[in-house]
Amino acid sequence: MSVTVLEGKNIVRDYHVGGGLFRPSRTVHAVKGVSFTVQKGKTLAIVGESGCGKSTLARIITLIDPATSGELFIDGNKVDIAKDGLTKEMRRKVQIVFQNPYGSLNPRQKIGDVLGEPLIINTDKPAEERRDLAMKMLKKVGLGPEHYNRYPHMFSGGQRQRIAIARALMLNPSLLVLDEPVSALDLSVQAQVLNLLADLQDEFQLTYVFISHDLSVVRYIADDVMVMYFGEAVEYGSRDEVFADPKHNYTRTLFAATPRADVASIKARLAKKKAA
Amino acid sequence: MPLLEIRNLTVSFDTAAGPFMAVQGIDLSIEPREVLAIVGESGSGKSVAMLAVMGLLPNTATVKADRMAFDGIDLLGLSPSQRRKIVGKDISMIFQEPIASLNPCFTAGFQIEEVLRFHMGMDRAQRRARAIELMTLVGIADPEERLNSFPHQMSGGQCQRVMIAIAIACNPKLLIADEPTTALDVTIQKQILDLLVSLQAKYGMGLIMITHNMGVVAETADRVIVQYKGRKMEEADVLSLFESPKSNYTRALLSALPENAVGDRLPTVSDMLFEPAPSAARSGSPTGAAS
Repeated sequence: MSVTVLEGKNIVRDYHVGGGLFRPSRTVHAVKGVSFTVQKGKTLAIVGESGCGKSTLARIITLIDPATSGELFIDGNKVDIAKDGLTKEMRRKVQIVFQNPYGSLNPRQKIGDVLGEPLIINTDKPAEERRDLAMKMLKKVGLGPEHYNRYPHMFSGGQRQRIAIARALMLNPSLLVLDEPVSALDLSVQAQVLNLLADLQDEFQLTYVFISHDLSVVRYIADDVMVMYFGEAVEYGSRDEVFADPKHNYTRTLFAATPRADVASIKARLAKKKAA
Repeated sequence: MPLLEIRNLTVSFDTAAGPFMAVQGIDLSIEPREVLAIVGESGSGKSVAMLAVMGLLPNTATVKADRMAFDGIDLLGLSPSQRRKIVGKDISMIFQEPIASLNPCFTAGFQIEEVLRFHMGMDRAQRRARAIELMTLVGIADPEERLNSFPHQMSGGQCQRVMIAIAIACNPKLLIADEPTTALDVTIQKQILDLLVSLQAKYGMGLIMITHNMGVVAETADRVIVQYKGRKMEEADVLSLFESPKSNYTRALLSALPENAVGDRLPTVSDMLFEPAPSAARSGSPTGAAS
């Protein structure tokens, strides 16, 4: 049985860029009417280059920014933070992991406090319980209790991203938005973090919205793929559909630009070079 | 004669906890007109080794080598001022963050012309003409206009093109590109890689690509060096590296590529590195151990 966790209908987001003395103000259409649905336990990947509106969409889904128009449903309930504000209950349902693990952790906060903070803000659990939960979560993401009292600078990039994921999971969200979670990481660490995400998804039946510009990662992790280009969803379908038969020109350009690391394409390149 | 020859290069940094060996006995050589890729993850010493060649390391670094020669000139014995005449002219480098590596206070044109003034001693008109020529060469539309743009007025891809223009301004014999496309989108990455490779072929430069992206290696290199924790793990031509990797580490790296995923979990490097044996060339494939 599939349950729809996230649904967006015709989501639009405009930014008004204020004019100066000699410059009129103008409106940037960052997201132009995007619709999508994600089932429980599935992953929707949003692909596109910088400036295509994918991070804006992520902020709308995470309930950080309101949409200019359109409807957003989370767990079947309509959410409109512009009108109703954000309740603690909603915040518990959606969490985000940011791209840069060096920037998203407060350097003056110990890891234990990093993990405890969402609980302080959104729940009324006592300190003892918060500590226990943080310890358990550290173990879940592959760190240990000895890391509880350390500061972010004592960790590598991969470990920090684990901490960011742990923080996002502290409130048991049903939906996790991952904004380029592995693009700042080395290949080997990237594999570990992707595995961790897959493990966690299996364990908690998490729903992911995975934002990336790396098609090989998307192909590996996604169930559904949406390709965005200048604020529009130019391609939306199941992973196999999109990868097997890209409809839009931009998707094809994107595929063609992705470097290939298989032996056949290296042979082809070397042959071409020799001929030239 | 190799263009650049390095034998037994060691770089150590003085830290509060004693010396830290960033590069431990690397041998490297590149022939004219060759594209060499150096692959490794962060901390593998791939950038440090090249910065040592350029002489750009801070004072806390100690560089030792049995031999470090560029085009027959021993780089270790040079005085700083002699070295500055080579660096930026015959060897030049492109860095990872295009927007950060340009000076935000000066226009693109000024920064290109600065190199020409320093190394080539051209007069104002010659510099202007050459700068326009270079901007056209690296594929910037409206070169005359763009010479007056500041870095913040250009996109990341355009800034990287300006960096490339600066690097090739004096027709270098060796171009070192340190993660030239890591900060860029895939479509722009493709354009920049194509540009670098075509310039390399056109001017017969040696090109060293430092990267952690196996796709970039596959698309550009002739020969590849794989580095891990300051040591060389493997050196091979690009086809045999991908076809039959010799070291466990290379094999692990290749199987960690998401496109090579078997099953629903990726094998990670730590699963496969049973023991960190440098330049291990052992048979017996642990590749099937994907859990």
